[in-house]
Amino acid sequence: MRYSALRVIKEGLTGNRGWQPVWRDPEPKAEYDIIIIGGGGHGLATAYYLAKEHGVTNVAVLEKGYLGGGNVGRNTTLVRANYFLPGNSEFYSHSLKLWEGMEHDLNYNAMHSQRGLINLFHSDAQRDAFVRRGNAMINQGDDAILLDRDGVRKMVPYLDFDNTRFPIYGGLYHPRGGTARHDAVAWGYARGADQRGVDLIQQCEVTGIDIEGGVVKGVQTTRGAIRAKKVGIVVAGRSGQVAAMAGMRLPIESHVLQAFVTEGLKPCIDHVVSFGMGHFYISQSDKGGLVFGGDLDFYASYAARGNLPMVEHVMEAGMTLMPMIGKARVLRSWGGIMDMTPDGSPIIDKTDTEGLFIDCGWCYGGFKAVPASGFAFAHLMATGRPHDTAEKFRLDRFRTGVSIMDEEGTGAQHNLH
Amino acid sequence: MRITCPICGERDRREFYYQGAAVALDRPAPDAGPQAWDDYVHLRDNPAGRTCDLWFHEMGCGAWIVVERDTVTHEVYSTELAEKAAR
Repeated sequence: MRYSALRVIKEGLTGNRGWQPVWRDPEPKAEYDIIIIGGGGHGLATAYYLAKEHGVTNVAVLEKGYLGGGNVGRNTTLVRANYFLPGNSEFYSHSLKLWEGMEHDLNYNAMHSQRGLINLFHSDAQRDAFVRRGNAMINQGDDAILLDRDGVRKMVPYLDFDNTRFPIYGGLYHPRGGTARHDAVAWGYARGADQRGVDLIQQCEVTGIDIEGGVVKGVQTTRGAIRAKKVGIVVAGRSGQVAAMAGMRLPIESHVLQAFVTEGLKPCIDHVVSFGMGHFYISQSDKGGLVFGGDLDFYASYAARGNLPMVEHVMEAGMTLMPMIGKARVLRSWGGIMDMTPDGSPIIDKTDTEGLFIDCGWCYGGFKAVPASGFAFAHLMATGRPHDTAEKFRLDRFRTGVSIMDEEGTGAQHNLH
Repeated sequence: MRITCPICGERDRREFYYQGAAVALDRPAPDAGPQAWDDYVHLRDNPAGRTCDLWFHEMGCGAWIVVERDTVTHEVYSTELAEKAAR
């Protein structure tokens, strides 16, 4: 069933009785060519691109809860391509291009809004760093515009420009950055994969990975054993547990990242504003809620809720940057479990077990990567070769020291990202 | 979350710096080889449940502390000075 304006009008006039469930609810088959563990954004996008780009449709996505119930439904919805280092740069650039064609491709409204992202700076040294980053973005073929103080003031006049500690010197403006409706991205990819024959199997937790003679043979699940020629692990914060089923230890520590939303307000924040020095960023959803977040709670945790010290810190940072939001009432806060790597960059690779692949380490930035991660992981699983845009995301880079991508420049060490 | 420093008593989490998994207590020999060092520096068990990690009482007495706690419930089971745990 295709969606169109005509269809909406027709259904509206006939009592909306013609809508069908968007995907099937199939029983697992005994065997698949490819099993994807994890029905989040990345897993669903992988299944979609396996079917669309590579014609591999005998695929199952196994999800222990419900589709899109993890981080893809818990993030702050930012989409951007403002990375600096080779390896990340081309990957996120590719991702943003996929975003720009996604809604048309999926025939699904993901409410992708390129409202522009502004990263603020507060010193001459920081300006230099942002000039360099902006040039890297332009070299990659993406867009970046350096704004001076007046340029920022023109766009976002409500900031505290003369803050004593962090006076605003200017900002790096990324016009193609913005937001998208996070749930819709998961649903759109799920629908697209289902339409191409992929089985989306919910309430099906993987409890073991069958390996014989170094070759993957399938998985054990709460709904029985399922054989497969290839298995992909795409489980974000739970990567450590699923990899352990295959006898692997990963360069990953799971941490909690919090997000917040206020009651619905009239439109006041038209862009995405990022205040790096306060680890604070904010946008306004189409419903009117101010959506904002901060930094990690900074100790290993699987509690999908946050701690109070970080709540206080985020609120303080928000008040420092834009005192006007002090009158807004926070409606909800929540936490997601982030798969943190030592250098803050992701992993899309084979493992030592033949036929077993892993896509993980998205740290606090997985949402914008959903399309390109699915695209690259599908390419790797279908062809056995890394996609050009993701060839530096190697699992063994910490052991070899080759192409470590530490965007923050703090060092490739677990507690620093 | 509150952590009991063996020297100062129960304190707010904000007084402590988090170092990570308590692998530092099992530092390999200098000549143990690249695999052992990769295991030690980068690879982690990353358990959902009971874990031991290292915290530094930065805003207090400056002690390094091994904290045994639960990563799902945030319950702290026990704390011990790292110098004792390492023995």
